Amino acid sequence: MLDKTPLSPTQEEAARQIEICNACRYCEGYCAVFPAMFKERAFGAGDITQLANLCHNCRGCYYACQYTEPHEFALNLPGILAEARTESWERFAWPPAPAKLFQRHGVALAAAFVLGIAALFWAVATLTPASGAGFYAALSHGIMVAIFLPAFAFPALALAMGLRAYWRETGGGRITLAQLKDASLSVARMRNLDGGHGKGCNFEKGNRFSQARRHAHQAVLWGFLLCFAATCSGTVMHYLFGLEAPYAIYSLPKLLGIPGGLLLTLGCIGLAVLKTKADPELGTHTAWGGEMAFVLLLGLTGFSGLVLYAATGTGAVPALLALHLGAVLAFFLTTPYSKMAHGFYRMAALVRDAQGKGI
Amino acid sequence: MTDIEATDWGVIVVGGGNAALCAAIESAEAGHKVLLLECAPEPYRGGNSRHTRNFRCMHSGPLSVLTDSYGEDEYLDDLMRVTKGKTDESLARMTIRSSESCLPWMERHGVAFQPSLSGTLSLSRTNAFFLGGGKALVNAYYNCASDLGVTVLYEAEVEHIGIDGDTCTHVEVTHGGKRLTAKGKSIVLASGGFQGNIDWLARAWGPSARNFLIRGTPYNRGKILADMLEQGADTVGDPTQCHAVAIDGRAPKFDGGIVTRLDCVPFSVVVNRDGERFYDEGEDVWPKRYAIWGRLVAAQPDQVGYSIIDSKSLELFMPSVFPPVKADTIEELAEKMGLPVAPTVTTIRDFNAACRPGAFHPTELDGLATEGLEPPKTNWARPIEDPPFYGYSLRPGVTFTYLGLKVDKGAKVHTAEGPLSNVWAAGEIMAGSILGQGYLAGFGMTIGTVFGRIAGQEAAAHAG
Repeated sequence: MLDKTPLSPTQEEAARQIEICNACRYCEGYCAVFPAMFKERAFGAGDITQLANLCHNCRGCYYACQYTEPHEFALNLPGILAEARTESWERFAWPPAPAKLFQRHGVALAAAFVLGIAALFWAVATLTPASGAGFYAALSHGIMVAIFLPAFAFPALALAMGLRAYWRETGGGRITLAQLKDASLSVARMRNLDGGHGKGCNFEKGNRFSQARRHAHQAVLWGFLLCFAATCSGTVMHYLFGLEAPYAIYSLPKLLGIPGGLLLTLGCIGLAVLKTKADPELGTHTAWGGEMAFVLLLGLTGFSGLVLYAATGTGAVPALLALHLGAVLAFFLTTPYSKMAHGFYRMAALVRDAQGKGI
Repeated sequence: MTDIEATDWGVIVVGGGNAALCAAIESAEAGHKVLLLECAPEPYRGGNSRHTRNFRCMHSGPLSVLTDSYGEDEYLDDLMRVTKGKTDESLARMTIRSSESCLPWMERHGVAFQPSLSGTLSLSRTNAFFLGGGKALVNAYYNCASDLGVTVLYEAEVEHIGIDGDTCTHVEVTHGGKRLTAKGKSIVLASGGFQGNIDWLARAWGPSARNFLIRGTPYNRGKILADMLEQGADTVGDPTQCHAVAIDGRAPKFDGGIVTRLDCVPFSVVVNRDGERFYDEGEDVWPKRYAIWGRLVAAQPDQVGYSIIDSKSLELFMPSVFPPVKADTIEELAEKMGLPVAPTVTTIRDFNAACRPGAFHPTELDGLATEGLEPPKTNWARPIEDPPFYGYSLRPGVTFTYLGLKVDKGAKVHTAEGPLSNVWAAGEIMAGSILGQGYLAGFGMTIGTVFGRIAGQEAAAHAG
């Protein structure tokens, strides 16, 4: 597939580097990017977008490359693919403007967080319910739904629009169950961060391999999914079975939510620490602040949920509730425009790759 | 930082590529204080090893990524074929036999392998490919050496090996603008050949060598090789010869590596500066003829050739790093490539007229030959007639030189008076002892690993 869309300067540079890689092929075994690349001889915008989103930034190819600077070929494939990836998220975002803001600017994300908390403080202060148990004493279930239903539905719609644009640009076809399964297995094991030899990726220790980032990312991924499942289980219990919060420790929301919150918190701390040690030039260095702010916001979402639970029955609940829900609100609303979007595009790229492999 | 001059080193290793690292690791594992002197700056460390991609390995059954088996005799036959017998059979056999135990050793010391790369399936039985290529291997070994406490000095150019009688007494090295003298009980020389030294190449080969490109590191300048020759070390290998292949003429002078390789010759017509053909482009499948084209192009005026194909053949070979010159007519292509137009057009016209109908099979000798053309093209001869037309320039790219130090089975360096008591050699600096002519893919790394390890072990044993 070669589309004739003119390439952006970033895509031009990515194409230059990819053509050098395609003449070398030493990195074939590191990850899914190279076998996908070596099937092509010319690279259009859609190909570059697909390769960029397939790249998990394990950096193995950079440290193994005999053509990195000071060599005149000046390869930095993870760096240029990261830049092309971030640009693609900005291009696909619907509407695009907030993506330009939140992908690259930590301050903007922090501001969204503060606004989220302020909104919740205002809600807790002015819309105090007459009755209610647990945190519903601070903010009624009805108000929470009124805030979070649109805050969930809108980002979901925006992401769907973005993914549709992605699929169109990369020439994706009809998706099969087998392709979804292949992509999901890849995500579940973070296969593309294992270095191809199972020793992990190059990140915080330069050219040495380490599992730290893969494990921290898995903690975040599974922690997030557990927290999300906890919320879903609470919703089901509330609406289908009339079982309302607060839930006991052996209830499904707590059994899922507590380990989920712990994993999410620890994983985010891990990712943030690792990020301070890695070379920013091998990622989207202009988005470092936005990415770091996102990791911290996500970690804080998990952590504040745990603290809120620990504070059950104390006078700190209303303030902690505003903090936690403020974080959740900012997180949800910025999802299509923050680093969080990468998860969705990465999944799309893996499904598209499964199609390319003939699955 | 360790005081280089005040330390009594167990083993000093000169060089910083695969053989040097294998020696340093073996010596350090034996418990010795090891100093490794690499003349390149850190980003370019590893000599030519950073451009390598595989290791030719004997194996009696499936081993790591290697399929099937590859026995000693078959391996030796392959070596005999490329060297035309210019080898030391007992050294060669020992190297081949040792290769089997080297592969697990490499894995234990951090080297990862991958299945044969796309486009190299013919090597999946004989050659184990490094995951990430030679620089990944070099990185793994430097990390391993560092964990073992080896002291590594970059931009440390060894100027002289001080020898008194049959014993090396010291090593003189320039580092950070200062001349230092390092003393060690044992010395391993693993500093490569002299292909990075254009003046030496020009003296050995003739002035046309100044137009050659060097595929690998510019840091293999042969300083230690020359120093040892001056001090009477025994040598092996033809001092005038180097291994050269035809590569993309637009490649950088040094360090272009694998991506400058061009595989289009068998599907093309190759002309010289004057627009004339000079050799059968379709003599054999490319891997078997790859190596002779370096010499063929080197013998042409200005040491340059031009490979011309049409649109039928563009996707039959691995893409090159430089896009081809493209034109709608042969006239325009010749002009764009700086070739004389009329002779080039005549050459292509005569070639096209000599082509005969028949089945074309790009992956096998198809016998589709020209008739009545001198020189003929004996396979894959299809007329160059479907625009657009594409052209690549070709230049000789030097891989390595053959002249080296003669060693024995223990990797020991000799002079006319007998072996030196504490000097060993490994890698390209002694490879001529086994590879006197030609080249066998992945065999340089085998020699480097086998002799690097032996030199490291022997040097360690001598250091006590």
